[in-house]
Amino acid sequence: MDLLKDIARSLERGDDEQVAALTRQAIEASVAPQRILNEGLIAGMNVVGEQFRLHEIFLPDVLLAARAMNAGMALLKPLLIGDAVPSLGTVVIGSVKGDMHDIGKNLVGTMLRGAGFEVIDLGNDVDPIEFVDVAVAKKARVIGLSALITTTMPVMRDVVDIVNERGLKEQIKVIVGGAPVSRNFAEQIGADDYGYDAANAVDRVKALMASA
Amino acid sequence: MRPSIRFLDDDLIQRIVREARDILRELGVEIHNRAVLDLLGDHGARIDTTRMRAWIGDDLVDRALESAPRSFKLYDVLGNETHDFSGDRVYFTPGSAAINILDGETGVIRKPTTQDYVRYARLVGELENLASQATAFIPADVPETISDSYRLFLSLLYCEKPVVTGAFTIEAFEIMRDLQLAVRGTREALEARPLTVFSCCPTSPIKWSDVTSQNLVDCARHGIPVEFISMPLSGFMAPVTLTGTLIQHTAETLSGVVICQLARPGAPMLYGGSPAVFDVRYETTPMGAVETMMVDCAYNEIGKFLGMPTQAYISLSDAKQLDAQAGLESSMGATLAALAGINNVSGPGMLDFESCQSLEKLVVDNEICGMTCRLIDGIVPREDFPALPLFQELLRDKHLLIADHTRKYWKQEIRYPGPVIDRANQARWLEEGGLTLQQRASREVQRRIRAARPSRLPEESRRDLIRLMEAEAVRRGMDRLPDREDPAQGG
Repeated sequence: MDLLKDIARSLERGDDEQVAALTRQAIEASVAPQRILNEGLIAGMNVVGEQFRLHEIFLPDVLLAARAMNAGMALLKPLLIGDAVPSLGTVVIGSVKGDMHDIGKNLVGTMLRGAGFEVIDLGNDVDPIEFVDVAVAKKARVIGLSALITTTMPVMRDVVDIVNERGLKEQIKVIVGGAPVSRNFAEQIGADDYGYDAANAVDRVKALMASA
Repeated sequence: MRPSIRFLDDDLIQRIVREARDILRELGVEIHNRAVLDLLGDHGARIDTTRMRAWIGDDLVDRALESAPRSFKLYDVLGNETHDFSGDRVYFTPGSAAINILDGETGVIRKPTTQDYVRYARLVGELENLASQATAFIPADVPETISDSYRLFLSLLYCEKPVVTGAFTIEAFEIMRDLQLAVRGTREALEARPLTVFSCCPTSPIKWSDVTSQNLVDCARHGIPVEFISMPLSGFMAPVTLTGTLIQHTAETLSGVVICQLARPGAPMLYGGSPAVFDVRYETTPMGAVETMMVDCAYNEIGKFLGMPTQAYISLSDAKQLDAQAGLESSMGATLAALAGINNVSGPGMLDFESCQSLEKLVVDNEICGMTCRLIDGIVPREDFPALPLFQELLRDKHLLIADHTRKYWKQEIRYPGPVIDRANQARWLEEGGLTLQQRASREVQRRIRAARPSRLPEESRRDLIRLMEAEAVRRGMDRLPDREDPAQGG
């Protein structure tokens, strides 16, 4: 259907106003919301994801496409029933206790939302216990931890330890990232995964969700 | 005439500063330290302790700029003057706080050890074009809780040069101050002859953490010089335009200047930074980008316009190896920094977005620094007028190799680099092994370390340093400090 293709193309261009207008048009034309979602919005995001993976487009293009996706979803959500609302899962993110830096964490959060995750951003300087408490309360499958200075990295281990002590290792996965963090460090502290940049973090979170 | 480069005219500088003042006055700065907020509040700033915010008016900025020192000096562990941060004097120092080291033998980036640090300290003491050392990397064989003080301890123990450093926690300031007092003897002596510069970093955009703002105040009150390291990222956490980035850098740095000068009027400071553009393709912050370097040079002009000596992270590379990229990025940065007259140039030795140090790169960068120092010495007539007698001599003798004029000026006029730089013709190069830059640098590192003279730090100071650091290590849960073999002594 041309209208759905137009939605996808507009999303690929990052044109949120056009995506909203065309989505509204499709709804008024009695196109099934599920079709608009799958053949319009998700189809467009899939193309964006592939182009990004091939380095044909870059971070700002992805963020614009995510904004366009959200513009369409805002209209579709009330019409989609229960499980049809796409969310790849809930992720709790934050910069660990003692760390005020949130640049990387903000980028990861934005990318995760664009990819379809529900993201709860606890901000910076977050207590280890808070990560786990919120993850349990919001039924999050993944906790993402960010640190930009070496002195705050040990706090990441505290979060992993709390998850283990509460017997939550199978339900909640911990992924870590940040400039001084490495895959080696992630393994040492028993984290489940490590993301070397925001795009990689999204891929790793998808893998963690799939493994749950 | 000293060669120079300029990016901003005075009118643009004034417009940038005006906008920065507007930001501080209207939007304020976020400060996660109640005592620092109160300090600003006590001096008339509007503060909101719930939102952890302070609005800094023009009066406070003006007062801070009035009391800001126009220059200051640094001294080595023996008390000799090594730096006069004023005018367009340029001094190079290694990049600081790397978390990795490029292993010279394997070419692998790995975590550094105490032994690496001792080798580094010995080496940097011998590099004639690096006026100071930095706490260049973080040894991974001690706990994070002493990683900042331990670097300073090793630097003071093994190298005479003053140290560009910084604390990672509020608590570490005390031990780092005490280590300096072990060298200088008294607080008055340390204030009179500063031994270190502490990097104090606001967080972009326009924020100070609890730790960094407290470090800033503590340093100011003890007369320990600071350098502000504002790090806006163009296009991500700062405007994409270089002018917009400069506005943010100015606002962040001025907020630090105000805090510092309120804590202690006249406290020595360097107007510094480590901004970068944001590469949207790789989510990285390239220090080797020409735009990054342009912003460095430009904010240096703003700092000088405001009457302060300056600093920048420039003359470093984002490469992961000692390769052509490492050379071209570091060279361009060092050259621009020298032409711009940045007083404290941080960067030599650094790779991989300020995360990795390399001893081999350090010896190469030492040559780059030497070249740029020669560059800014410029072209100066040296008994060249009248020229006729010299040319008569040339035509008569067919050369000037041993002319009085040549013998008097050849070392001043022409710089002769060390063995790292290959100037042999191809035949000689092949005969002498056909060594690559990496190989020559590696040999030079070993040669320099073997030949390194031991530090002349008095024995009493050495003992005090060791006693202090051992006590601190025990306080932080270690049984003992890692072994320190001195490579210059054959260890």
